[in-house]
Amino acid sequence: MSEIGPQLLEQMYETTATIRRFEQRAIEQYRLGQIRGYLHPYLGQEGIAVGSIAAIEPDDYIVSTHRGHGHAIAKGHDPRLMMAELFGKETGYCHGRGGSMHVASRAIRNLGANGVVAGGLGIATGSALAIKQRAGSEVVVAFCSDGASANGMWHESMNLAAIWDLPVIFVLENNQYAVSTPIRDSARVEHLSTRAAGYGMPGVTVDGNDAAIVYGAMQEPLRRARAGEGPSLLECMTFRHGGHHVNDPGLYLPAEQLAHWKARDPLVLLRERLTRAGVGEAEIAAIDERVEQLLEEAVEFATASDNPSIDEFRAEIAAGELAFVS
Amino acid sequence: MARMKYRDALRAALQEEMAADERVFCVGEGIGERGGSYKVTDGLLAEFGRGRVIDTPLSEAGFVGLGVGAAIAGQRPVVEILFIDFLLQAMDQVVNQAAKYRFMSGGEGRVPLVIRTQGGAGNSLAGQHSQSLEALYYHIPGLKVVMPSTPRDAKGLLKASIRDEDPVVFIEHKLLYMTEGEVPDEPYEIPLGRAEIKRAGHDVTLVTWSHMVLKSLEAADKLAEEGIDVEVIDLRTLVPMDVPCILESVRRTGRLVVAQEAIKRGGVGSDVAAIVAEQAFDSLRAPIIRVAGMNTVIPFNLALEKSAVPQVADIITGVRAVMGGSVDDQSRTAVAAG
Ligand SMILES: Cc1ncc(C[n+]2csc(CCOP(=O)(O)OP(=O)(O)O)c2C)c(N)n1
Ligand SMILES: [Mg+2]
Repeated sequence: MSEIGPQLLEQMYETTATIRRFEQRAIEQYRLGQIRGYLHPYLGQEGIAVGSIAAIEPDDYIVSTHRGHGHAIAKGHDPRLMMAELFGKETGYCHGRGGSMHVASRAIRNLGANGVVAGGLGIATGSALAIKQRAGSEVVVAFCSDGASANGMWHESMNLAAIWDLPVIFVLENNQYAVSTPIRDSARVEHLSTRAAGYGMPGVTVDGNDAAIVYGAMQEPLRRARAGEGPSLLECMTFRHGGHHVNDPGLYLPAEQLAHWKARDPLVLLRERLTRAGVGEAEIAAIDERVEQLLEEAVEFATASDNPSIDEFRAEIAAGELAFVS
Repeated sequence: MARMKYRDALRAALQEEMAADERVFCVGEGIGERGGSYKVTDGLLAEFGRGRVIDTPLSEAGFVGLGVGAAIAGQRPVVEILFIDFLLQAMDQVVNQAAKYRFMSGGEGRVPLVIRTQGGAGNSLAGQHSQSLEALYYHIPGLKVVMPSTPRDAKGLLKASIRDEDPVVFIEHKLLYMTEGEVPDEPYEIPLGRAEIKRAGHDVTLVTWSHMVLKSLEAADKLAEEGIDVEVIDLRTLVPMDVPCILESVRRTGRLVVAQEAIKRGGVGSDVAAIVAEQAFDSLRAPIIRVAGMNTVIPFNLALEKSAVPQVADIITGVRAVMGGSVDDQSRTAVAAG
């Protein structure tokens, strides 16, 4: 594993804590009726977004999923504007038009969360092809989970990326469930990463709850992608800390398995790494305090922001600006 | 008669058909132990077992195709697709395989497949979970399209769909599952292709379907207070369409309003308008009005979402307009004219 200095570790810890608190505050605000629709928390999976995105450059792209808040925050989205989007406010990233499942930003190079499972994988291969055509050196990190690996888009995209040596890293967040369906009911292979061989690309399985391990595991896929050698599949094992979405109690998650994974909480693992690296309690507490403050501001900002104007929306439709009327 | 929720009426239809015919089985995502997202299949696994209540991976094209194959081979699959938005992943299986098999096999092959799915706006689920896509399927020769608005219709039409020899796209609405209504205790079936006059009236014919039926009835009640007597026709099945019922009504009222949640362009409502213009033009005393969804992706924000699909007030505006009143500038019928 490539070495991670204390500074980077601190950053990774702060990002992880930010995602954790973002999700907790979002769930709280959902229960208060401030957020509607679907909200899929990233709780318990933070190690993957944090480790993989810490390994790439700001110019690199990500393609996200319905469970996308963690990816977005790790890529640099402002939690205030994200919270505002979840509230459906005009100040949100999508001006209240997209919500939790559609957060995206050109500037941040997040090509978008997605409401359709595996629906973003074409966006991943396509943007990778565009990079290649322009002889760029960026890469695309395409997130997906175990459920997506049963979808035709997943298989076709893996194959296309492989045959054209596209600079994509497929990061498969194997949280072992698609809603209430365990992965053992959806796949006959023990490790989904072994499917990579069928497409002619390397595939490995790592512990996704340890952001440092994910960071290390990104190095070879990144080298390959930047060297024009093609895609890789990085399967990161993890587990949700709760239900599929905010209204799903997740009672079907086996208690023992849940306890096992909760005991390996990505936030705790990073905190332990920080301590081992010599970062003191006071410094860690200062980070926690900063995160707390930021999320408080995010909720305040979202609460205080205006709803989109219906009149403007209708005017946009009439003018064809949003609807692209022909 | 028993009062029943729409979702329970659907479950009763599935349960009865599965009990009566062992060829009938259900397949879809999370329909077993979980009982489906809207709890329509709740309890079926316990009664019929894993062989007939089959949970699938997220392989929509794969298991819709599998449904086509099982139907051709003599089974009666009821495939559940959580959201009509995801049925698009299986479009080839529906349009090129299921719809055409009977014709292209010279009539020998039959595809008694039901695809149960769910559409519509109203829960702040944004652009990929809120669409009204019935026109896509309506357009395809070889498919039947069913969109019930009440628990009674849901049960009777689902039973008829399962017994039908051809592929049926059965589209539920997410805002209807929890609605209640009277459902007959005795066994019954509602034949495909028959509209129902949900409210008789003599001034205006209002043709609609699915969740818009509820809004249309509410609009009709309000309009009655101003002395406008609206006849509300619930198409119930879009294909085959009960054209005689529409024409007979328009000949009596002389006025037609079509109300649909889907966007106006290329919609089923446009077809209804065209059919009436072709076949009952002489009866029309006013231009036809279509009340329809805005030409937009469905927005996440709830207020914007509401403003993008017709509400009771928009239907009232449409009816007043066809009665000779003026359409104010802000109304959907004017704005969405594109
Ligand atoms: C094509 C498609 N089918 C079904 C759904 C409904 N759905 C949303 S998330 C989900 C489970 C996805 O599982 P997985 O890919 O493992 O992602 P996770 O929820 O574990 O992050 C399902 C079935 C969908 N959004 N898209
Ligand atoms: Mg999963």
